[in-house]
Amino acid sequence: MSVEKLKEKHRLLAQFQYIPGKVEKGYANRTLYVNLSENRIAEKPVSQEMKEKFIGGRGFGLKLLWDGVTGNTKWDDPENEIIIAPGPIAGITQYPGAGKSYVVSLSPLTHTVIDSNVGGYFGSLLKFSGFDALEIQGKAEQDVIVFIDGVNGTVAIEEASQAVVNSHILVEQLTEMYAANEEDKVNVSVVSTGAAAEHTLIGMLNFSFYDKRRKAVRIKQAGRGGIGTVFRNKKIKALVVRGPRIKGDLNHPADKTLLDKAGIKLHKEIATLDNSQNKMRIGGTTYLTKIMNDYDILPVNNFKFGSHPAANNIASDAFIKYFNLTGHDGCWYGCTLSCAKAINAFELKTGPYKGQKVLVDGPEYETVAGVGSVCGIFDPEYIIENNFYCDTYGIDTISFGTIMAFLMECYENGIINKEITGGLELNFGNGEAAMEVLHQMARGEGFGKIAGLGVRRLKKLFVEEYGADPAFLEDIGMEVKGLEYSIYLPKESLAQQGGYGLTNKGPQHDEAWLIFMDMVNNQIPTFEDKAEALHYFPMFRTWFSLNGLCKLPWNDIVPANNRTTAEPAKIPEHVQNYVDLFNGVTGMNITKEDLITQSERVYNFQRVFNLRMGFGTREHDQVPYRSMGPVTVEEYESRQERYDKQLKEKVGFDPEGKTTEEKIAVLRKYREDQYQKLCDAVYKRRGWTENAVPKLETLERLGMDFPEVVEVVKKYL
Amino acid sequence: MIKVNGEDFPWEEGLTVKKLLEKKGYTFPTIVVLINGLSVPENEYVSTIIPDGADVKAIHLVAGG
Repeated sequence: MSVEKLKEKHRLLAQFQYIPGKVEKGYANRTLYVNLSENRIAEKPVSQEMKEKFIGGRGFGLKLLWDGVTGNTKWDDPENEIIIAPGPIAGITQYPGAGKSYVVSLSPLTHTVIDSNVGGYFGSLLKFSGFDALEIQGKAEQDVIVFIDGVNGTVAIEEASQAVVNSHILVEQLTEMYAANEEDKVNVSVVSTGAAAEHTLIGMLNFSFYDKRRKAVRIKQAGRGGIGTVFRNKKIKALVVRGPRIKGDLNHPADKTLLDKAGIKLHKEIATLDNSQNKMRIGGTTYLTKIMNDYDILPVNNFKFGSHPAANNIASDAFIKYFNLTGHDGCWYGCTLSCAKAINAFELKTGPYKGQKVLVDGPEYETVAGVGSVCGIFDPEYIIENNFYCDTYGIDTISFGTIMAFLMECYENGIINKEITGGLELNFGNGEAAMEVLHQMARGEGFGKIAGLGVRRLKKLFVEEYGADPAFLEDIGMEVKGLEYSIYLPKESLAQQGGYGLTNKGPQHDEAWLIFMDMVNNQIPTFEDKAEALHYFPMFRTWFSLNGLCKLPWNDIVPANNRTTAEPAKIPEHVQNYVDLFNGVTGMNITKEDLITQSERVYNFQRVFNLRMGFGTREHDQVPYRSMGPVTVEEYESRQERYDKQLKEKVGFDPEGKTTEEKIAVLRKYREDQYQKLCDAVYKRRGWTENAVPKLETLERLGMDFPEVVEVVKKYL
Repeated sequence: MIKVNGEDFPWEEGLTVKKLLEKKGYTFPTIVVLINGLSVPENEYVSTIIPDGADVKAIHLVAGG
């Protein structure tokens, strides 16, 4: 069906008119509310207090969600919301990595609040259309598209039952449909998901941007936590924004010279140093695969091992030869780090689009290792194909990979068999079988539908239905809080075990990534050192999510003189850049210490939000033993020298003449005890009780002692 | 014996910074090396001999994912 005919089929359900207005010092000062059950659209003012306490981005998402739900709301209740917010710095074009959106909802995987970040143009175009956040509540009766026309000042809910679901087609159609002409396509961005988001709990959202040079619509992913599943549960096909043409001053910053100065400095660093540092401009984040393998932290075979002889097959060079490097690969204007790589005309070998040549966005490191090494698959073409289908079907590649790896280990241990999998031989390395599971997820049938429940529910199912040993599944199922692990092996870094476990949303490394500081550099040897790192870095990284920023330009490029600074891991010069950006946009006068306090407010609020939903206490911060150490004889014996040495030197236990099982048990006791001591130290540093609950004095210090927040916390004190 | 990032590591005659990084499998592109607190420029890794008993820091400037 042609785009014109498809558009004719759209039926207007509700329309709202508004005056587009003007962004001042990074804020539009209102948010957009859309209720799909009632076909109601409204705008809400943003108060000064909301800006001071929640800043924007994830902070605004959490605040709006808190007000929209109760402690009893379930992810699939109509009152659950999806909130997309960019943040005050988002949309500047002077500094790399300034186009991120943050998405907040109640997660079908964790049953509590989740946040996920994403590139693409939607968030910034939304702000320049007049809104600091889009808040969607309710459920539509039929599939709908929400269209925000920031040029003409209208918002519409349109019934769109005929539109396709899979993203690679839908984003092209909707960009064509809602852009006034070819030139206008860069001003349109689409949020969509895909068929598998309807049938699994690991659905994600694609955020588009139009790539003028390739004349193609590109997509970036808000992957974590199943927000795509919520999206389809609300019967949303897509959200579309059409904004004004982007210029460097649309935020109306208080002092643009601060942005220019910081931007020029960083562009120069990237131009002169990227080639000798991480080569992000050529290979994106794929450079990480070789490093992780070299340092034995690349997850292999469901996180059993940290390296594999075949890992070079999926190192950066293997993908660079597929990457089309003729276009600009920033996912927002002005990002010279340019890591959003694309593969043109990749011919698919499987599935409904078999034989077609498609554009593939990525893969990034997490996808390479997630659908590749962690499943024992070292074939770049499999990874590219899986990346494409995960994207168009609306599936999070990280959760998909970690789930498949868990299933493969279960299969190899006889916990599940061909009868259960519908004939699929799910051994490690079987890419063909893994791809079929993915296609089944999209069709909503067979074992794919079961796999899409996620690791936590699969563990329960296998124990109840197939008599699996619950203790073994708890040890090898790589999830915390219901969210699957992202793809780094933390066994030899206690701080990173905490970086995964002592989080608000689950084991996603965007809170803290401390493996090298801890395991290799040995810079944080004591519990207090680790606790300080697990305070500072999660707070620092949270700040990106409040402002619409990408983490990569912070430390994937570093100044030449960074090595001589007092705290090189913090990249002090770049921290100052962020202080300058915030002050330059908002006209405020914060310091680098204020930056951490801003994050602490939101971080603690999110912790209390978890408590409100029935989670958030110490028991929910516990990690599977596979995350801490060797579960099986095979794992121990593969690194026997290392573990024997640790038993002797750290535990004071002589391994001589002991069985591997005995040694595993002693090492386990030691490491589990270390993790508990880490919990104690981190909670103390964060101003929380031993049960991980923010103390009243902490909330008072941060000015977050709102009556409804205190009411939640008091139940736990 | 020398210390590398606080851990014992066997010393040998003529051990250069370059050799040490190879032996440790330290392949990351931006490592700061200090011997007894003094920074060694990258272009001197081949010629700098590490003395027995030295305290070597090989700080990887990667804060990751």
